[in-house]
Parts: sequence; structure tokens; C-alpha cells
Amino acid sequence: MEGSKSKLKLAVYWASACGGCCVSVLDVHEKLFDVIAAADLVFWPIALDIKYKDVEEMPDNHIDVTLFNGAVRNSENEHMAKLLRKKTKILVAYGSCSHLGGIPGLANFSTKEDIFRRVYEESESVINPEKTRPLPEYKVKEGTLEIPVFYNDVRTLSQTVDVDYFLPGCPPQTERLLEVFTAIVSGAELPPKGSVIGAESKAQCDECIRKKTENKLIKKFYRPWEVTDDGETCFLEQGIICMGPATRAGCGYRCIKGNAPCRGCYGPISDAVDPGAKMMSAIANIVDAKEPEDIQRVLEDVVDPAGVFYRFSLPSSLIRRTLS
Amino acid sequence: MKKITIDPITRLEGHGKIEIFLNKEGEVENAYFQVPELRGFEKFCEGRPVEELPAIVAKICGVCPGCHHMASGKAVDAVFGVEPPPTAKKLRELFYMAHFVHSHTAHFYALAAPDFVVGPTAPAAKRNILGVIEVVGKEIGTEVIKQRRIAQEIQALLGGHQTFVVMNIPGGVRKGLTERERDDIVEKAKGFIEFANFTLKIFNDIVLGNKEYVDIILNGPYSLKLHSMGLVDKNNKVNFYDGKVRVVDTEGKELYKYSETEYLDYVAEHVEPWSYLKFPFLKKIGWKGFVDGQNSGLYHATPLSRLNAADGMATAMAQKEYERMYSTLGGKPVHATLAMHWARLIELLYSAERCLELAMDPDITGKELRAKLGPIPGEGVGIVEAQRGTLTHHYWTDDKGLVTKVNIIVGTTNNNGAICMSIKKAAEGFIKKGVEVTDGILNMIEMAFRAYDPCFSCATHSLPGQMSMILEIRDHNGKLVKRIIRD
Repeated sequence: MEGSKSKLKLAVYWASACGGCCVSVLDVHEKLFDVIAAADLVFWPIALDIKYKDVEEMPDNHIDVTLFNGAVRNSENEHMAKLLRKKTKILVAYGSCSHLGGIPGLANFSTKEDIFRRVYEESESVINPEKTRPLPEYKVKEGTLEIPVFYNDVRTLSQTVDVDYFLPGCPPQTERLLEVFTAIVSGAELPPKGSVIGAESKAQCDECIRKKTENKLIKKFYRPWEVTDDGETCFLEQGIICMGPATRAGCGYRCIKGNAPCRGCYGPISDAVDPGAKMMSAIANIVDAKEPEDIQRVLEDVVDPAGVFYRFSLPSSLIRRTLS
Repeated sequence: MKKITIDPITRLEGHGKIEIFLNKEGEVENAYFQVPELRGFEKFCEGRPVEELPAIVAKICGVCPGCHHMASGKAVDAVFGVEPPPTAKKLRELFYMAHFVHSHTAHFYALAAPDFVVGPTAPAAKRNILGVIEVVGKEIGTEVIKQRRIAQEIQALLGGHQTFVVMNIPGGVRKGLTERERDDIVEKAKGFIEFANFTLKIFNDIVLGNKEYVDIILNGPYSLKLHSMGLVDKNNKVNFYDGKVRVVDTEGKELYKYSETEYLDYVAEHVEPWSYLKFPFLKKIGWKGFVDGQNSGLYHATPLSRLNAADGMATAMAQKEYERMYSTLGGKPVHATLAMHWARLIELLYSAERCLELAMDPDITGKELRAKLGPIPGEGVGIVEAQRGTLTHHYWTDDKGLVTKVNIIVGTTNNNGAICMSIKKAAEGFIKKGVEVTDGILNMIEMAFRAYDPCFSCATHSLPGQMSMILEIRDHNGKLVKRIIRD
């Protein structure tokens, strides 16, 4: 895929990911032709036949920009993070998993042992009387087979290597990617290293498409199936938990347009704010009760608060994991 | 013993690695296909409110999130013991047809076509979607991109998010369709049908019109005799959203036909120490190892196996193409791995036709979107056909609807054993004594897994220590209600 020397060299890599970030790149749709006019794709396993050995052979800083998506879950993810850091000038943590830990980061509520036991032994469809488990090294009669070491913890990219920028979202909205891409290609001055790019610095609620009443207080929280959403009023005002107050804007309100409350994939408004702490204060603020025990009773309607407030951010949060 | 490694395998979703061992003569002693990752959704979905699962499990895969969302939505309905009203059910299926158009289009043009349009042994740097566009021209390339974009737009309209749909709520869907939106989808679906027919013509001209390719498909080392699995409707026609799972043997004879709640009687999973991915097999036959043929416990669940397992397609044009494929390839069932590409395009046409049917259905703009829920019985199974095979989600909850256990058998996982064997056969077929192992040969080995359109993102799922944290909860007047201290 390498063409002229002046073109930007772009790589896209997935670590512990689902492929959704790669689809968000594919969703440039017809603008693909503009992208390839400005950049050569030098590594992208979903679409190109470039192998790890080809990346190993690249000189250091050969790649101008790498969009690294996925969390760091195993030794292969860690190796690739380090390798791509070395080969790349601008390393971007692309998407929620790489930025905050993402959905795979929910695994930090359990341990490697819990996961292996459930998946390989206890699962109702597994027949495994020998209790066989995948091993990093296993000798077969022809030689040795290796698979990566599965870590106990899910980590973010910046907990693994030095990161230049963070482009949030699950996956990032393609329009935001295109804005960032255009800025880099045009040689515009880039924000300071470590910045969140391709997102706003205000909260979802600040510009939400749903109607909000000033100082509306609520008496009870509901599960989404316990009520009928009217399709236009603020979810929190209807007593449905929405992560809007604790989440950075910039996603285009995609879930809200589908009549589903926000779950926080764009991450906290600033790195200094823990999404769980922010949400607890935000919802306590709208509860129509005066006595601490009344407020406490209303808050108890919120089911699985940790799993909702840290849906995309457990590894990067203050909690980070449950201790066994 | 010499070892050849292909790492990572490319033009697929997710991670995979191939290890080929050669003996002293330079012939293949054995080949292994390994999946190097796991995320563990089954474990971390525990404790979550069950209504959150359709959105959480969609993140198993960013290429086929709609499949997990649908299987999960059905499993959650079952947990609540309800069936969605007809409008909700049809809206889900309408969404799902657009999802198939997106995924099958992306697979054929971006992942598979480079091997045929550019050529199996073309230089690696050319074997990709851009190489395909160079050959077919920008006009066709733009049309492909446009149709896939439209499929994404329909998904966004019905499901909120173009990728991570948020459509399903227990007993139904969150959003209805207006008459105007329906009219728009009708026009778009007509475009899909034209596009699917055009794609079949490309396949016909470029692949079937090339004697060398036809020879590879029929006589190359890409044939594997296994049982076939697929979801069928009450007339035994292919269906992606609903029905019973039918399994036919290597001769095409029905072995089993089971409903969602019976899956544990028919499918089981085996574990090998050299891969993170489990190996499903037919439970009543048992795990017989990596062998093919009538006595094997292995099966495949792919577009081809769906066509093999069914008696036909439920739409007219797709049915014609179905008949043409079987008459060209010598009758049912077909075991040529590369025919999966053809079957996938017949399914693309079916999805387009079904999309139009559903958009024109009077129920589709109905206002009743959610069923009334009763008490929570606490266990449910949902099965759909994912693009990459039969997908099963099984949930257990407590009486509050908090998840206590999850079991998932993913589309691609069904094919793990089959993919291992297909790769080994291709390696044995192409790597011979005295033959130089070129990049082209290695790619032709990779073509054996690519036909399955595998998704290993689907198939597979802090740092130590604790930081101190003070959490202050204040009421709307700013008065301190609760202070939680962790240290």
C-alpha cells in the first residue's frame, strides 16, 4: 500500500477489541477516496495482508499515525502496543477500550481464574472432564504451540505505553475521525500531547436533543422496562438512569436518537472526574427528598450502579477493579 | 521440524494465527489454527441488569453487533416470558436484513474479493479492497460503498446507532417507524435487490467464468464433508431471525430439528489447550476429534450450511439462484468450502428481497411496540442466524432480573473445528516436496478460513492495588447525604 513519500503513513490496529472501531474507519464511506489520496495505509489487519513481521521490519517512527483500538488484555496486545509505539510518530488511543478499558474492561469485576472457570469448565455446553484450559505454551507431537498469556487485569493503552492523543467513543463517530484526520493532513497545529481529540469538553446534557425542565426533581428511579419513555423528555427526569451528566459530548447522541439512555462511552468530561462519583452526585441532586434516609431509599432503586457508571471505564477509573 | 507461521491471519474480523509443521521431506506433518484471545463476556455479564445485555453483548463484535443484539433481545424476552408484538418483531427483522446487507457486502468486496478479483497469488500489497477497486473501476467501487452506507443508515434509523444498535427492550423495541421513513426504506430496499443481483453477476463473470477458479473450487483442496446447521422457518426455508435449528448430515438427510430451549441436548463444546476458542460438536454423536465424514461430530454453520440445511429460500429471486447454485455444483449438499462465497451472495439477495417485503408490510408502521411484561421467570434462550453461523445466547437471572449466568455459542465458534481442518487440508494440498512456499501459497491457505468469513472478535472477551477514594453524595440543596470512603 506504500506510495509516494510525502503521503501520510497510517496504521490501524486492534488489540482486545470487537472490530467496531475498524468499522468506524470503514464508515468514512465515499470519503475513502479522499483518505487514500492523502494517506497510505501501511498496516490494518482487517483489510490488508500486512503481517507482524512486516511491522517488525519497519524503521522506528516509520508510521506517522496509528489508530490503536482495543484494550490490553494479554501479552500479544502489550507486545503490539510497545511495537507500534516504537514504529509510530503519533500514537492515538482510538475508541473506548483503548482510551478507558471499554466493555472488555468490565472483566476487572472478576479475575482470570473466574473467567477461565466459567468459560472452560462450568459453561453448560462444555464437556471437559479433564478440566483442560488453554496454555501459553503447549507441546504437541510436532513441536511447541504458543498462545498469548491472558492477564488478570484489563489495562488501557496509556497504562501500557506513552500515548499522544485520545479519540473517545464506542466506536468514535466517523465524522470526528475525519475532522482529526483532515487536521493532521493539513499540517494544522495539533493540541498538546495527552489531549482528548475529536470530542467536546462539555457534558452530553449541555446540548442534549431531549427536553429538560429546570430543577425538575424525581421521587423514584425505574428500570427502562418499568415505564414507557415518551421519546422526548430527559431520561433522568423520567427516572431512567442516563450517563449524560458524567459523559463528554461529541458522539452525535446516537443512542439517545434510538431512545436509549447514554451509557458513557465517550468517557468522563475530564480525566480528573471519576464518572461514578460524578453520577452519584448528579442523581442525588435531582432526588426529591430531604432526609438522608429518604434519599438513600431512592438511590437504592438504581440497580448495578458500578456496572452502569463504569460501563466503559472501569480499568481507568478510581476503582479499577474488584479485589478478590 | 520446520515451522511456518502466518501471524496474524488477515482480512477477517479478529485475531488468529496459523502454524504449519513440515517434516524432513518438506511436506506438511500437521497444521494448527489458533485463536489467541478471549474476553470473557460470559463472566462479566453476571451481575448486570438483564435488560442491559442486548447493548453490552453487541460489543462482542463490531462487525455483526446486530446479531448479538437480536439473539440477546430474544433471550431477554424469554427471561420475561413474553413475545414482542408483530410490529416489534418485524421491525427487528427489518433492521436485521439491513445488517445482513452491510455485513455480506463488506465481506464479499473488502475481505473475499481481493482473492478472486485481484487474484489469489497477486502481490500482498494489492490483495485488498483498494486493489479490487483498481480492477473493477471507481464507479463500481463507489456503488459498493454507497449500498453499504445505505444499509448502515437504515440500521441507524431503526436502531439509533449505525453500529451498536440500541433497539431492543424487554418485550419489544424502543422506536417505531413513520410512513415517510417506511417509504424511504422501500426505495432503498429496491436498490439493494438491484445491487445483490449485480454482485451475483460479478461473481458469475469473474469467478464462475474463470475455469481455473472453478477448478480450484470444485477440485482443489478446499472440500470438507461435514454436517450442516442452519435456522429454518416452518416450511424449512432459510430464516435468519426466527425458527428452528435444523442439522442435516453429510448426505443431506435431516439429523435433528430443535427449538431454542433444546440446544443443550444437541450441541456441546470441547476444549483444546492450544487455543482460547472452544470447539463445538454435535452432542449426540460426540467429540471424535478433527475428522470429517459421516461419522464426524463436527458440523459447519455458514451461509453454505444454511442453504444445505434448508429446503430452499423464502423469496423468489433468491430461490432461483439457490437452484442454479446446486444444479451447477452437482446437487445438494455441497461441500466445497469456497462455495460459501456463492451462498453468501444468494443470502445477500434474500436479505434484500426480505427487506423490501418487510418494509411493505402494513404492520411495520404499527404503534404497538412493546409487550406487557409479567413476573420474571428468570431463564431464557435466544437463537438467530448470525452472518457467520447459528448464534445462541442463554441467560439466567434472579427474581429482580439481575444476571446470574450467561452461556453463549457464537456463529464463528461453531466452525472452529471445521476451519482447523480446512486450513490443514489446504496446507497439505499446496505445500509439496520441492515446492517453494511463497506468499501466494500462504495466501491460498488463508483463503480456506476466509471462506467462512470468521469473526474471532465474536468467537472469543487496573492494575493491581486500590486507590483511596472519597465519594460525597449531596442532595439538590447541596446538603451532604452520604460520604463513602475507600482507602
